[in-house]
Amino acid sequence: MRPAGASPRTGHQHARPLAPARCNGRVTVPPDDCLARNEWICGAYLSTRREILWDATLQHIQLTLVSVALGVLIAVPLAVAARRTRWAAGPVLGVTTVLYTIPSLAMFSLLLPVYGLSAALVVAGLVLYSLTLLVRNILAGLRAVPEETRQAARGMGYGPVRLLLAVELPLALPAAMAGLRIATVSAVSLVTIGAIVGHGGLGNLIYSGMNTYFKAQVLTASVLCVIIAVAADLLLLGVQRLLTPWTRENRARAR
Amino acid sequence: MNTLSATWEWLTTAANWSGDNGVWRRLGEHLFLTVVCLALSCLIALPVALVLGHLGKGGALAVNISNAGRAVPTFAVLVLLLLSPIGGHGQWPTIIALVLFAVPPLLTNAYVGMRGVDADVVRAARGMGMTGRQMLFGVELPLAMPLILTGVRIAAVQLVATATVAALAGGGGLGRIITAGFNLASTPQVVAGAVLVAVFALLVEGVFEGARRLAPQRGGPG
Repeated sequence: MRPAGASPRTGHQHARPLAPARCNGRVTVPPDDCLARNEWICGAYLSTRREILWDATLQHIQLTLVSVALGVLIAVPLAVAARRTRWAAGPVLGVTTVLYTIPSLAMFSLLLPVYGLSAALVVAGLVLYSLTLLVRNILAGLRAVPEETRQAARGMGYGPVRLLLAVELPLALPAAMAGLRIATVSAVSLVTIGAIVGHGGLGNLIYSGMNTYFKAQVLTASVLCVIIAVAADLLLLGVQRLLTPWTRENRARAR
Repeated sequence: MNTLSATWEWLTTAANWSGDNGVWRRLGEHLFLTVVCLALSCLIALPVALVLGHLGKGGALAVNISNAGRAVPTFAVLVLLLLSPIGGHGQWPTIIALVLFAVPPLLTNAYVGMRGVDADVVRAARGMGMTGRQMLFGVELPLAMPLILTGVRIAAVQLVATATVAALAGGGGLGRIITAGFNLASTPQVVAGAVLVAVFALLVEGVFEGARRLAPQRGGPG
């Protein structure tokens, strides 16, 4: 990967690459590699900063996973409550929509007095964002379960809990998974804003790269963000296919 | 509760509202960025979506561009533009980033709206001898209007959010109050800025919601 002649330069993590410096009339030429020339695409950056990139990527994935998982844990009961009790649907949808309208930077800032400069702040903000997408889609899925199906289940002696777990939730899965995919992809992209409190995964690298005009760092971190988002989306699509084999058949027939 | 009262104090201090870094100036910048970029994005996205929708072509592109837009972090695009040669031209990186993120919802919703027009209605219009142009402006566009306006509303809210993030990358707008608050380690200012941004975003959403309710309902149900 590393171009010939490039030397790993540790301790130069965020420093802006230097122009040729004149000392005592002599020109000291810095190592002629893509880091020194501050190029957008730089193999030497990848090989020398592997650990930093790895840590940031892990933090990014961790923040996304925790917040989406918490979001699902909160969204499922909310959606079920909104489905079961008529009066709950309006407030639940209203509040989550209002939350979704608040810009991300403002959301993190509003949580600052509660959580301080911590990873918990980023997670809390992301959970609040994922709620709208998750609740809306799970609710749409639950509402799309045909009345006859539920009557048939009840006629077979299914109680309310079994009806929910064995009939309604599985049938709501395709819509719920669509919401989960959108929520996950959005979360991956929003984690970067967490850089404002120092917990932004790859966003931290973008932020410090901006302050030091470090092109390779900004581009690499941005591309990694997109790769994580696309990979997560494809992974969830695969999980959805595995969990709902009946939709696959329908689609094949529809084509 | 201490932070709340300190935030209230920040918001009610007249000095914070006036001057070069005051709230009024930032609010003006935010409003300017939102309105100008919304107009620019509509000019770019709507003609393309209307023509594609009328011809029934490019559907996969129009629909998928929204999903692709979601995967790309706003902040990353802002910083990439800032470090690119465009970065030296004042507000241009911010404006370009804002337009880039406002175009997908406009394009997708307008296209879906155009394709959602009842095929029988379109056939009837053709049977009456309408030209393509007459069909586009007299039949399809009015029927697609609700979804087009939904797209405009989503784009407007997106613009407000993106303009806020632009402050991280040195852009103007209300987000500056937040970033300045972080730099000063002043939690009241951060929260005050966040409250202002949130209220602004909700107001924009509210204006569109109000316009939708006031608009004449045509065609009855369906």
